[in-house]
Amino acid sequence: MSTATMAGVEVRLNEEGFFEDPTQWTEDMAVEMAKADGIDTLTDQHWTVIKFMRKEFFEKGTGPTVRVLGKTSGVSVKDLYALFPKGPAKMAARIAGIPKPKGCI
Amino acid sequence: MVVKNQTHKIVILGGGTGGTLTANRLRRHYRNHDVHITVVDQDDHHVYQPALLFVPFGLAHEQEIVRPRHRQLHKDVEFVQQAIDRVDLDRDTVVLEGGRELPYDVLVVATGATLALDETEGLTGPGWNERVFTFYDLAGATALEAALADFDGGKLLVNVVDLPIKCPVAPLEFCFLADWYFNERGIRDKVQITYATPLDGAFTKPVASERLSTLLAEKGVELVTEFNTGEVMGESEDGTGGKLVGYDGRELDFDLAVVVPLHSGAAYVGRSEGLGDDLNFVPTDQHTLQSKARPNVFAIGDATNVPASKAGSVTHFEGEVLVDNIIRFLAGEPLAEGYDGHANCFIETGFGKALLIDFNYDTEPLPGHFPAAVGMPLLKESRLNHLGKLMFQWVYWHALLQGRDIPGIGTTMPENGKDHPTDRTHEEITV
Ligand SMILES: Cc1cc2nc3c(=O)[nH]c(=O)nc-3n(C[C@H](O)[C@H](O)[C@H](O)COP(=O)(O)OP(=O)(O)OC[C@H]3O[C@@H](n4cnc5c(N)ncnc54)[C@H](O)[C@@H]3O)c2cc1C
Repeated sequence: MSTATMAGVEVRLNEEGFFEDPTQWTEDMAVEMAKADGIDTLTDQHWTVIKFMRKEFFEKGTGPTVRVLGKTSGVSVKDLYALFPKGPAKMAARIAGIPKPKGCI
Repeated sequence: MVVKNQTHKIVILGGGTGGTLTANRLRRHYRNHDVHITVVDQDDHHVYQPALLFVPFGLAHEQEIVRPRHRQLHKDVEFVQQAIDRVDLDRDTVVLEGGRELPYDVLVVATGATLALDETEGLTGPGWNERVFTFYDLAGATALEAALADFDGGKLLVNVVDLPIKCPVAPLEFCFLADWYFNERGIRDKVQITYATPLDGAFTKPVASERLSTLLAEKGVELVTEFNTGEVMGESEDGTGGKLVGYDGRELDFDLAVVVPLHSGAAYVGRSEGLGDDLNFVPTDQHTLQSKARPNVFAIGDATNVPASKAGSVTHFEGEVLVDNIIRFLAGEPLAEGYDGHANCFIETGFGKALLIDFNYDTEPLPGHFPAAVGMPLLKESRLNHLGKLMFQWVYWHALLQGRDIPGIGTTMPENGKDHPTDRTHEEITV
């Protein structure tokens, strides 16, 4: 675990850079993290995905996989990759301040 | 309080591995007038699915691996051959295609996973079953046998589109057997084998992933990681090869592609309000196997969303816990949190050898021996493990489906015999 300062606030992150505590997250932090990841501006579509991921996480305890995102977020898998080129589930989860979605076994 | 002698109705959806073993275990426990057990399946052909891996290489054939479903069931279990249309949870009733209704006191969902071929663009388009195959069903495995026999060289691409899939080690085993097969045919040097996976390594769990990556490398199989298949193009413009296109734009050429398609739960689950999740799997308590939909609905095997492998061994271990909990439920007793995620898989590595892995929710596959310090080697190639894999078909028809415990193999994962990473140096693990 480590800490980082985002939008002027100290937050706790795990080894892979995901939030330890999703309630520490704010929209300003998302903007900062997106910039660091090469996304200069978060569009409405980005925000749709980010908000959807947070909602799913707080309801179900884990963020959705790309496939589920494609079926349920209203954004197609193809578009998800265009929005979050480094892998939608992981990248969007990090920017959305939730843990890495649990992969399958 | 009303005390009366009523016959409980237990309806089991699916007559595959999980449905059959559950029905047989329950039947042995209860007297006939205490419970009526019905198993529903859409067909009467029970396929021993682990053998589908061997069919493409001519090592198993349809007639040896398919048996009538009803014959695997205890004679006092009713078998209904009909497709399920939906479950009406509010009325405790299953509706079959054609309209017949089956009311239940306890429902068991054991309808497994289906192949979602349509979810991958182009998969069943041009070249399907000519240059693009799957071995995950009998028709596909059989068609692939002919195609492999005709294959004289070129690029063989093995791809997993995304997890979850049944038996997540099977695509790796396919690579190992392909290496062996082309060696036997004397043309291994003419065949380039590539394994493309959406994972960041050969397997989901770190110690096993490292061991399996090493094996792939030893056998000359190229590993492509984090590849997310966006589209399958089974035919190029000049009609020669095809290619897989990743969502990130990467392209992988092939002369023959073996694709493990996306899996979903059965379609009727989606038509049954409140029963399934977004992928039609049934949200299920991972320790009791009671569904989250209703207290009188349980689920087993590939149909559940529990974070265990979708494997016959998992289904078998779940069976004992499930049946115990159905008995408790009908007796009004609290359920037991008996299932620990135990999975046990042989991994065929070719040339008459196999590896064995044994793990659960908390412990990843580790080296050592199974079931105790003296036994079959874990995470290490051996002939004994290969014989174990072959013998398993006999065990499946004669013990597992009958719902009998397999001698020496308990429901919970044995700790004894496993070498945890702290007990060993890193080097020893990867030898
Ligand atoms: C290629 C391959 C290799 C494998 N290798 C291994 C291995 O080495 N070891 C291992 O442990 N496991 C292995 N497995 C996995 C194993 O076969 C499954 O995990 C196991 O069979 C799951 O049992 P189940 O009862 O959940 O599903 P199944 O046995 O698949 O049964 C589901 C049943 O439901 C029926 N059904 C579905 N929908 C409907 C409907 N709408 N109406 C009526 N009936 C319906 C189906 O006809 C089917 O009979 C392998 C699987 C494959 C495909």
